Amino acid sequence: MASTAGVAPEVGAPPPEESGRRRGRTGYLLLIPGVVWLALFFVIPFYSLVATSLYDPNGSVFRGYEMTWEFSNYWHALQDYWEPLLRSLWYAALATLICLVLGYVLAYAIAFKAGRWKNLMLVLVIAPFFTSFLVRTLSWKLILADDGLVVNTLQALHLMGADGRLLATPFAVIAGLVYNFLPFMVLPLFASIDKIDHRLIEASSDLYANPFVGFWKVTWPLSLPGVVSGTLLTFIPAAGDYINAQLLGSPNQRMVGNVIQNLFTQANDYPAAGALSMILMILIVVMVLVYVRKAGTEELL
Amino acid sequence: MRWLREHLVLILGILVLIYTFIPIFVVVLMSFNDPTSRLIYRFDGFTLHNWLNPCEPEGMCSALKTSVEIGLLATLGSTILGTLMAFALVRHQFVGRSSMNLLIFLPMATPEIVMGSSLLALFVASGFAGQLGFWTILIAHIMFCISFVVVTVRARLAGMDDNLEQAAMDLYATPRQTFWRVTFPLVFPGILGAALLSFSLSFDDFIITNLNAGNTTTFPMFVWGVAQRGIPMQVNVVGTVMFLVAVLIVVGGEVNNRRRQRALT
Repeated sequence: MASTAGVAPEVGAPPPEESGRRRGRTGYLLLIPGVVWLALFFVIPFYSLVATSLYDPNGSVFRGYEMTWEFSNYWHALQDYWEPLLRSLWYAALATLICLVLGYVLAYAIAFKAGRWKNLMLVLVIAPFFTSFLVRTLSWKLILADDGLVVNTLQALHLMGADGRLLATPFAVIAGLVYNFLPFMVLPLFASIDKIDHRLIEASSDLYANPFVGFWKVTWPLSLPGVVSGTLLTFIPAAGDYINAQLLGSPNQRMVGNVIQNLFTQANDYPAAGALSMILMILIVVMVLVYVRKAGTEELL
Repeated sequence: MRWLREHLVLILGILVLIYTFIPIFVVVLMSFNDPTSRLIYRFDGFTLHNWLNPCEPEGMCSALKTSVEIGLLATLGSTILGTLMAFALVRHQFVGRSSMNLLIFLPMATPEIVMGSSLLALFVASGFAGQLGFWTILIAHIMFCISFVVVTVRARLAGMDDNLEQAAMDLYATPRQTFWRVTFPLVFPGILGAALLSFSLSFDDFIITNLNAGNTTTFPMFVWGVAQRGIPMQVNVVGTVMFLVAVLIVVGGEVNNRRRQRALT
């Protein structure tokens, strides 16, 4: 499973050399089955989603929907659900930032300080995440519970009022997101930091840079590819997640995933659900493009 | 003081690592819990009951069986399709390389809720709304696993020394012999890693599955259902077993690796 460590930085970037590749039909034959599957069940569904988001909202799943090009579905979805939408992006951004701090420390420790324990530590990073996502999240619910260890300790230390609680607060939801998406941050960061030539950091200290300046001018810029792919791999699933909000939060912490899920499965309001899904996707694509462009230029500076 | 300064990062890193294990300790502990009430979720006393009667909660083991079946089939499907694609990407020339990379990258960069809703929109629009279940879940799982297989196998293939294949060819091996005796064994660890990753992605998926499941219940959906009503401790038994199996597989792989490396040197 350690091979996934190399996954993220490669994402999107075409392999460099073009030489040594065979010409002919075989390449296409190998690609066809996978491409057909992805086209049928990933690309075409997007068209269905766009279509669904533009259906007449007066239809129903049972009577069928009419295509009336209802662009107002988008406007209504925004009006009704701007709050969970913004909350999702905000929680996901905060969780990503905290993941970056925790993940960087861990990845740095594994890459530079772990010595012969490097492989073992890498395995330990992934191991807890083989237990079911939901079971793990439920166990956080127990840890943060009102009469649980954490709350009782905080209350005994008077860091928290007697009626204070952690469950059903934004804290619990963001903590859950941080926990569940941490490996998506650590693995790409590790892949990037592990590649850094240690002599460059030594050179900076030989030239009288203190460790902080050395980190900021040498290590951090060299690890940027890992930072970019790690933050993306954390932010995107966190923004769409609703498991943490549902199990650890209250209706006040509802995220956009909860709303979409309910509109599809309980309210059966497909056009609104489709429109909201599209809005989430568009927002994420725009944010990612801006972010990648910005990170890319910073890298050049 | 000096020691502390030198090892500060390592200590902080280990603390983060310990943090990731906290819920696992709780899951293992709770698997031995003897609850006094179904509604209060806390440790009340030690028992082996949950381990001796894992299938007691109604519907849990059938959900587990569904998840394993879907997981195995999804692993088989996505590993075959993804491995073929990875070979094409690394070893063959074709037109449209950059759009191919995009097609593989996008499913990993799309939030699950969006992928799940678009698949549901497709199934409903094409008249399969009534047939949601095992097969629609399987279709969805193969779809979102393919990309992870491609990047994993591609990484292995791209990092491979092709001198060995050249040597085989020089020694008059036919292309077929070269592939099965040299190339495939070298790529195999990558394929195995991809298969394990696929299985755990499929087994653990909730968001996409829940939208496309109809009346079928997978293990994560079972847990989701009982989370509102009171959680049977057997759920923690399953969580513990999953953790142990994963650790065994990973440690076994590592030991095997070391042994092979030692044999080579």
